[in-house]
Amino acid sequence: MTAARAIAPTKDTQAKDTLAKDTLATSNLGLVYKTNSGEVEALRGVSINIRDGEFVSVVGPSGCGKSSLLKLVMGLERPTRGDIAISGTAIKGPTKHAGCVFQAPVLLPWRTILDNVLLPIDVMKLDRQSVTARAMDLLKLVGLGGFERRYPFELSGGMQQRASIVRALVHDPELLIMDEPFAALDALNREAMAVELQRINMESGKTIVFITHSISEAVFLSDRIIVMSARPGRVVATFDNPFPRPRSFADLASPELGQLAADIRQSLDHASAS
Amino acid sequence: MSIVSEKSMSVEPATGTSLTESTFFKKSRGALEALGYFLALVLVWEGAISFFEVPGFLFPAPSAIAAALWQGLVSGIYLYHLAVTMVEILAGFALGSLAGLLLGIGMVTIPVLDRVLYPYVVAIQTVPKVAIAPLMIVWFGFGIQSKILMVAMACMFPVLINTVAGLRATDSDRLALVRAMCGTNQQVLRFVQLPSALPYIFAGLNTAIVLAVIGAIVGEFVGARLGIGVLILQANFSLDLASVFALLVLLSSMGIILNLAMKAIEKRVCFWSGRSSK
Repeated sequence: MTAARAIAPTKDTQAKDTLAKDTLATSNLGLVYKTNSGEVEALRGVSINIRDGEFVSVVGPSGCGKSSLLKLVMGLERPTRGDIAISGTAIKGPTKHAGCVFQAPVLLPWRTILDNVLLPIDVMKLDRQSVTARAMDLLKLVGLGGFERRYPFELSGGMQQRASIVRALVHDPELLIMDEPFAALDALNREAMAVELQRINMESGKTIVFITHSISEAVFLSDRIIVMSARPGRVVATFDNPFPRPRSFADLASPELGQLAADIRQSLDHASAS
Repeated sequence: MSIVSEKSMSVEPATGTSLTESTFFKKSRGALEALGYFLALVLVWEGAISFFEVPGFLFPAPSAIAAALWQGLVSGIYLYHLAVTMVEILAGFALGSLAGLLLGIGMVTIPVLDRVLYPYVVAIQTVPKVAIAPLMIVWFGFGIQSKILMVAMACMFPVLINTVAGLRATDSDRLALVRAMCGTNQQVLRFVQLPSALPYIFAGLNTAIVLAVIGAIVGEFVGARLGIGVLILQANFSLDLASVFALLVLLSSMGIILNLAMKAIEKRVCFWSGRSSK
């Protein structure tokens, strides 16, 4: 573990800092749903800025509007107030600049793994030929090499979720948004997937917004952790995690990360209570 | 994790083959059993008819039915009329199913169409087809067209209802998935909704193919020159019950074959249906 820490890519993180440019910027974002029983305020005054290559986790109690935030960024929902921009482009509807991983893999059972992964290419009417090699590489990266011609029902839940991560990355979006992607997996698979995600993040340098319930996952993966409060969802606190990568789950027991996790928990408890 | 999955895969074939072998044995044993009971029934039937000296115009013996079936088939009369009925069934089924499918898609994608058309669709469905058959004969004659339309009307409703249900039941995550990829409504329909609805649509088609046989025979009963329905009526008038039974055997064999064909197509097209993948 210590050896891994020693070869942490410090040069890489410096490069990220110099290139600092907001991949995702939201200003004073507000969302009010109109339901049969009246209006529900899901988000209030959410301002988030995420730099290029940054890994940011959003944690919060149930009903803190994490999923609403995801829908807004994906352009599936329009904000009541405020603006969102990805790499400086205002989001007015669904966008090719972001890829999304849902809680469930949501693979289409009638398509092979490769065809599932290439679905964005088909929908966006891009050239399949030029992307197929890249898709194969990505599948290999997540350990699904050789499974291209299989159907989703032939794969385990964890493997399906990996395929869905490749699908989100295949059209090379600036931003990857993940909505509790490991929620449906068992504890051991969760850790394995988190380790894998860290590797994908380090190898691809993608900007990632990771929505989760799990503090340990957030601490393990993120450069920055944003804590949100319950309805209406607001940003309560932001924590930096300067601990070098690659990290292991054993590192979570270290004093620094232990303290960070404790701080986040306290802030979360506050957010839930208020 | 990959180690675990590889291991389970390498174990699978051995248990897999022994399993299919035993199920094959069980299946063929079940079929033999069923065949045995059937032969016993035929023997009892035959024996009872000759023992009680039941006249053939009241209840035919299995041997008489078999003879009538053989004669009808060899002479080519049955096959000729069967071909006519078959064309009515298949053409009507294709027409009605296509109409049901397109109307279903239309009613889901265009809300106005749903509101305007649905009452008429239900109204047509609630009227018994037998009651409409004479009208069809008046409008489209004794030829094959009136029967095709009868069959089409019988087939349309189940396909329409199932198409609508299937398209509406599409998983919301799948819809969001394609919408988030900048998918248009038409793309959502093509990439997600229609394939998702296929198991529903096939359930409708399975019902429709059975109704198609009924529709064709009802149409032929009401007015036709050719077809199995006409032969049944003719045999019935001359109290040739052996031929009536032979034709019924022919008819139900055709129904079974059509049904099996539908099931086979469904299995091919919806190979993924019922397997978990979420």
